[in-house]
Amino acid sequence: MQVTVALAQLAPHLGEVDANLELAARWLRRAADEGAEIAVFPELALTGYLLSDLVPEVAMRADDPRLAELSRAAPGVLAAIGFVEETDDHRYANAAALLRDGELIGLHRKVYLPTYGLFDEGRFTRPGERIRTQEVGEPLGRIGLSICEDFWHASLPMLQAQDGASLLVNLAAGPARAPGSAAGLRAIAGWHRMQDTYALLGTVGIAFCNRVGNEEGLTFWGGSRLLGLDGAVLAEGPLYEEALVVGRLETDDLRMQRYQLPLLADERLELVRRELDRIIAERADLPAPDGDLA
Amino acid sequence: MSEAAPLPELDPPQAVEVIVGFIRSQLEQTGFSRLVVGLSGGVDSATAAFLGARAVGADNLLAVRMPYRSSSADSEADALAVVEAIDCRTERVEITPMVEPMLELIGPVEDPSLRVRRGNVMARQRMIVLYDRSAAFDALVLGTSNKTEALLGYGTLHGDMAAALQPIGDLYKSQLRAVAAELGVPERILAKPPSADLWPGQTDEGELGASYEDLDRILYALVDRRWTPDRCVRAGLDPALVEWVARTVARMEYKRQLAPVAKISLRTPGIDHLYPRRRPGSRRGS
Repeated sequence: MQVTVALAQLAPHLGEVDANLELAARWLRRAADEGAEIAVFPELALTGYLLSDLVPEVAMRADDPRLAELSRAAPGVLAAIGFVEETDDHRYANAAALLRDGELIGLHRKVYLPTYGLFDEGRFTRPGERIRTQEVGEPLGRIGLSICEDFWHASLPMLQAQDGASLLVNLAAGPARAPGSAAGLRAIAGWHRMQDTYALLGTVGIAFCNRVGNEEGLTFWGGSRLLGLDGAVLAEGPLYEEALVVGRLETDDLRMQRYQLPLLADERLELVRRELDRIIAERADLPAPDGDLA
Repeated sequence: MSEAAPLPELDPPQAVEVIVGFIRSQLEQTGFSRLVVGLSGGVDSATAAFLGARAVGADNLLAVRMPYRSSSADSEADALAVVEAIDCRTERVEITPMVEPMLELIGPVEDPSLRVRRGNVMARQRMIVLYDRSAAFDALVLGTSNKTEALLGYGTLHGDMAAALQPIGDLYKSQLRAVAAELGVPERILAKPPSADLWPGQTDEGELGASYEDLDRILYALVDRRWTPDRCVRAGLDPALVEWVARTVARMEYKRQLAPVAKISLRTPGIDHLYPRRRPGSRRGS
């Protein structure tokens, strides 16, 4: 079977939730017109990225009716979209909602908040505490959501692959460093290598949607990508320009791909866990975990 | 205005101690030992001058009076009263001949729609004089902007807002008066209606359309206490004024920040080239 995936490489308006809801609804309908069954939006697509103290002003509950309403703009389409979530106990997270027909199917809170270099996310939002996958129905079964920097930590996509995901969906707001130069292209090539590697090692598809536009001197580079279950590039967006990037994912490939390359099945999870427990204990200068024979 | 939405509290002696320590530390870190301040005759610059004198001693403070031909005689007298009270150095540099050619370019004096442009020219000319005097006197320019006007953007970018350090930038106008009284600023200056004196009869409160006390209650609620506009209104603050203040604070954000830089390279000043303004190596002569 085939699944059509649309990557909405757009430029949100900083701090303007209503305008972004309208923008997203328009792009979601465009995706549906293109036959998409899944539409992926960038990180913080409903709010813009460099929010600073605007965070509480733009935050929404995960069950906010505006999110449900947005997803009804394209019946039957699964939409992954970034927003600022406020929990009932007022924790603010950089989050991705997975929606279909007005229903919240899944939620991911960004686990790794970059707070270095040009990034200052940990100053304004709190990190997520869960790495999960979401059941979305046949033919994909489960998918794993992540947000931008989450992908720079291999444990997260590898856990999602082990947890049954056949497609890893990453919502990004990647600012360009040294655009147009060799150094800038190396930074983008780093993203590509990392995605290619996850597709290969996880035997999963990758849907990466990165925003474009400019905020406070930062320019976001776009270059969204859809990788097949064999790692082939199925669709790729332009750099720096808005684009609805559409590609078709062949899900029948998954079965034989995982037969000929049984990496997930071969993974020694208990061994990995034992060694992780040991490393964690040693780094904290704690006694060796129970059952350690060393 | 509402008692449920109070003015910010302040311990004036404590504030004076903190600010004097701040000024000394800034001078120490930059390798300077003198200050220049523009003295208008108003309470803000008087307070800044008193604080500066307390921090570095009157001999190391140069108060520059910069009247324009339409500036009120009272302003000049009040500025002189501050100089006498502090016993600091002073200079008088009339800006009239410096700004007249530019003001003629802008248009007729009688046209009230040109007032803000004319006022900006005067404020920026005073900045030019102050920075020149600071070079001659080997000093830093001491700022005179308060928190109320910074939040409302009620000042001229690169004019009266330009300074090497801002001693009273986190004091609301209503707090500033208490600090001024603590320092011994002459009573007449404390009592008169605040004015930028950019045209005859101008008063801040007339121009802003509200009293500083009302504005400060709203700003303190919105900014310091992070109240929503709704909550301000529930606490009895004037809805139209709350709405105007919230909108103005947002609109004037650009006046409180450096201009954004288009990021092109690997490291960009202000984005990912971030250092303390005063850092090792930044001291003069180091």
